[in-house]
Formats: sequence, structure tokens, C-alpha cells
Amino acid sequence: MSLDKATVASIANLARIKVPDDRLEAMVGDLNAILGFVEQLDEVDTSGVEPLASVTGHTLPQREDAVTDGGYQARVTANAPESAHGFFVVPKVVE
Amino acid sequence: MTDLLDLSLAEAKAKLAAKDISSTELTKAYIARMEATSALNAYITTTPDKALQMAEQADARLAKGEGGALEGIPLAIKDLFCTEGVPTTAASHILDGFIPPYESTVTTNLWNAGAVLLGKTNLDEFAMGSSNVTSYYGPVENPWRSTDEPDKKRVPGGSSGGSAAVVAARSALAATGTDTGGSIRQPASFSGIVGIKPTYGRCSRWGIVAFASSLDQAGPMARTVEDASILLQTMAGHDPKDSTSAGEPMADLSAALDQGVRGMRIGVPAEYKVEGLPEEISKVWQQGIDWLKAEGAEIVDISLPHTKYALATYYIIAPAEASSNLARYDGVRYGLRVDGDSLAEMYANTRAEGFGDEVQRRVLIGTYVLSAGYYDAYYLKAQKVRALLRRDFDQAFETVDAILTPTAPSDAFAIGENEDDPVKMYLQDVFTVPASLAGLPGISVPAGLSARGLPMGLQVLGRMFDEGSVVRVGRALERAADFSAVPAMVREG
Repeated sequence: MSLDKATVASIANLARIKVPDDRLEAMVGDLNAILGFVEQLDEVDTSGVEPLASVTGHTLPQREDAVTDGGYQARVTANAPESAHGFFVVPKVVE
Repeated sequence: MTDLLDLSLAEAKAKLAAKDISSTELTKAYIARMEATSALNAYITTTPDKALQMAEQADARLAKGEGGALEGIPLAIKDLFCTEGVPTTAASHILDGFIPPYESTVTTNLWNAGAVLLGKTNLDEFAMGSSNVTSYYGPVENPWRSTDEPDKKRVPGGSSGGSAAVVAARSALAATGTDTGGSIRQPASFSGIVGIKPTYGRCSRWGIVAFASSLDQAGPMARTVEDASILLQTMAGHDPKDSTSAGEPMADLSAALDQGVRGMRIGVPAEYKVEGLPEEISKVWQQGIDWLKAEGAEIVDISLPHTKYALATYYIIAPAEASSNLARYDGVRYGLRVDGDSLAEMYANTRAEGFGDEVQRRVLIGTYVLSAGYYDAYYLKAQKVRALLRRDFDQAFETVDAILTPTAPSDAFAIGENEDDPVKMYLQDVFTVPASLAGLPGISVPAGLSARGLPMGLQVLGRMFDEGSVVRVGRALERAADFSAVPAMVREG
């Protein structure tokens, strides 16, 4: 299947990337080229095949549920574009 | 150029230990070389002052007869590894001004062993690319030029293009790279150097800017198989901070190196003889087969039937994981922020300006294949084909000890080529992606020059956690190839 402009605009919204109208057309073309390429997987018979998520076959390790790190608020916020009183500052979300 | 720059890592290590040279001398020679080769745009950040400081400390330890496995060795680090107090960009505008307050595990291992940081190398943005042209900081120039078009600047491959270029140009003794679908091996092939992608889980991913978490793996890039092996031995190791880090012991690679290939069974996969493969690449592959045969290996024809589906599988799985990993860049906690009237608009503006075209494409594809109604058709399907690709390798490794293939389907192309269609660039990874999806270790070793005088590499793949066989076969190829060519800019100093 191929994507249209409205679908790409809605994906862009889900991904929180603003794609201006004048770039939408080119993006539709690029994404359709990629999807056209990956759709060749439809030819492969995968009935009865378990999906592979981990190549090592390891199970994820567990550790004791205890604090092992932290206590340096200033370092955590040091790279923030805007911070105040040890918090990250964002545009107002409640009117 | 001074003789110091001609030393391999192993040679420099021996001379440092014997106090024939000092780390300060060696580091100064590399700093001068970095400046002389700055036009390649291979470094994003250089750290000469820090390097001299580290070299001085290394010299003090060496004077006392102490010192780690890499004491006093000047290295370049791909700018995807977080380095405490040193800017880390991932070659993206969205990480503007980011200075990590912590150090990645792999680089911690290197500094603990005494290595010296020369600087951070350029790469494709977020390691997404095969030519280093997607970098926000501009493309890297390959030190190699072709004989037929000597005025044309060529790509060093990607995504670890800066690391490959600095090793080839001798503006670092060795470097770190990362490989998600070929990002160490393909640039190694294009730049006439050695690169190893270890088994998935061998090197900790902690503190490496994430691209596709089930595929990302750090590895060494160096002038010789021995140098790369020394570096990998120090980079690797279990790390509790990375839940996918492996605890399996690794062979002593220096001991494995010169065991030779007599009696080894080397697989040659029929499916890698792809249509349109340049004659020269086929020839160098056949040459590699003949070399290993002459060294006493048995060559076995094998089949990896799902090979042709590897790229399509990769270009679903990698963007899906990237779209999730890159959700963290929101203009709130670090890097670039572009204001908007609401929080949502601030996010969207920041990500529009902060991410380049290729990154945006992959995030959008990833978002789409993970979205409700399409997850099963794309992502789950790709994970199933991934299982089949892995099964192909498992079956092959029942009869062979290692697999020999070309590393890349071409030699280094010119900057600007292969950019008219994103899929065209993706085809660069045709020989490297299958092993990435399967998690297997691989090496690229320079095997010869094309008719136009550019390097071509051969790839050796091994079983999970069997880096020993990979470097063993790699070393045999290296010995047979006796690849001593260097770029004109190195020859002329």
C-alpha cells in the first residue's frame, strides 16, 4: 500500500515532528519508496515462526529493588535548555 | 610525517613499555597530524589539552613500570560515545551544547587501561547512514582519492566515517566505532583499515547514544588485525548497567591471532553473489578464498537462503527502534529547544529543526510500522524474518567455523553520489546487515585495491561469541594480502 499526504501528516504528528506543507510531498515520495522496498517481506512464509527479539537468548537479569544511583539534581538539569529551582521548565500546559 | 606515526598500536605499546618513546611525544605527533589533516572534517571536537594531560599521566605511570594494556596510546572516539565534560553531538543539531555529566562504559574501560583521548570523530547523524554525509557537521572526506578522478572527494563510508578517516589518515593511532547494520565494517572497507563488529552484547551500550538497541554494538577500528584485537580486548566486558550486556568469556584474542587457519572450515555463501556485483569485488573475494585455501583451510559452499530479505527486515526493525529511542529528544532535558505556543508545538518545532532529513525519514517510518493496525504487518513480520535469517546462520555454522564474504558492494563512491533515492544508499549494507540482525561477530580486513586505486575489504563472520575465530581468519587474510598501500596524503606526509 502507499501513503498519502494526510497519512504522512498524521504520522508526523504522532512522531511530534513538524513537517511543513512544502516538504510534505517529498516526504511522501521518500517514505513510499522505503515502504515499497520493505514490502518484499510479504513473499516470505513465516507461518509457525516465533519472532526474534533477542539474539543472545539471555533472559533479562534482575537485581534487588533498591536505589543504586542518584542524588545529583544539579548534574541532571545541567544540560537543560531551561531549568529553575532544580526542575526542568516547559511551556505552560495548564491555562 | 614523523616515524612515530608509522608505528602500529602494538609497536607503539612495546616502545612505550621499553621507554624508547614517551606518550607525550607520541601524542604531540598525533596532535600535529590532526591539525595538518583538519580539512578532512573527520573530527567534530579535538581535545589536545586533555590529550597532553592524559599523556603526561600515562608517562608517569610508565616511568614507574606500571600501566594498563593501552597505557599512553592516543585514540579517537566516535562522537556517539558520551564523554564526561567533553561535548557529545551524535552529529545532530538536536544535541547542541550537550556536555555529558557521565562517561560511557566502553570509554571508561579505555581510560582505565591508560589510553589518551585525541578527540571525537564525525559520523552520520545518530549513526544513520553509509557515507557520513548526513552529519549536521558536514561530510567527512576519505583520505583516499581514486587514480581516475583524483580531484573528486570521496566518502569514507559510514556511519563511523570520521573514525575510519582518522585511522587511514594517521591522525589517530586507532579509534572506536559503532555498528548497527555495517557502520564499522563498511567504512573500514572504504578506508583501507581493519574494523571489528563484536557479537551483540560483547561491549556495553551504556553511555552510547542509542540508535537501534537490539542491533547497536561498539567495536574497534585500527590499522591491523592485531591492533583491533588489542583494543577490543579492553573495550569488551560484562556491564551490569547494560541489561543486554553478555557475560560469556572472550578468548584471549592476541593468543588466537596467529593460530593460522589450517583445518578450519570456511563457508562461502551462494546468496552473496548478488546480481550486479562489480567484477573487481568478485575477484577480490575469490582471491580471499584462494588465500585461505593455500593456508590450509577447507572451503565449503553454503547457503543462507533468506539473505535477500535482510535489508528489508533491517529497514523495519532499525527505524522502529530508532523512533522509540529518539523520542527522548524533546527540547526539555538537553540540547536544542525551539519555542512554540504550546508544549506540543515546542516538541514538534524542536524535532523538525533538530533532526536532519534522514533521521526524520527513519523516525516517521518507525512510527508508522509500530502504529496501531500496522504493527503485525510490518514489525512483527520483520522479527519473524529475522528469526529465519538467524536460523540460516545457525545451520551454516553446524558445518563451518567462519564465513567469508565481501564487506561492501563497491569501493568508496564520491561525495554526492547515491543520494537521489534513500533505498540506493541502503543497498550499501547488503553484506553487513545479515550478521547484524543475527548478532554475529564480524571483521573487515583490507584485501586489495580496485583498478582506480581504492581499497576493498573482505568480511569474516563467526559464531556468536567466537571473536577468536574471526580475528584468526582475519589475520590470515591480512598476512596473505600484505596490504601496505596508503593514501597519497599519507605517503606525501
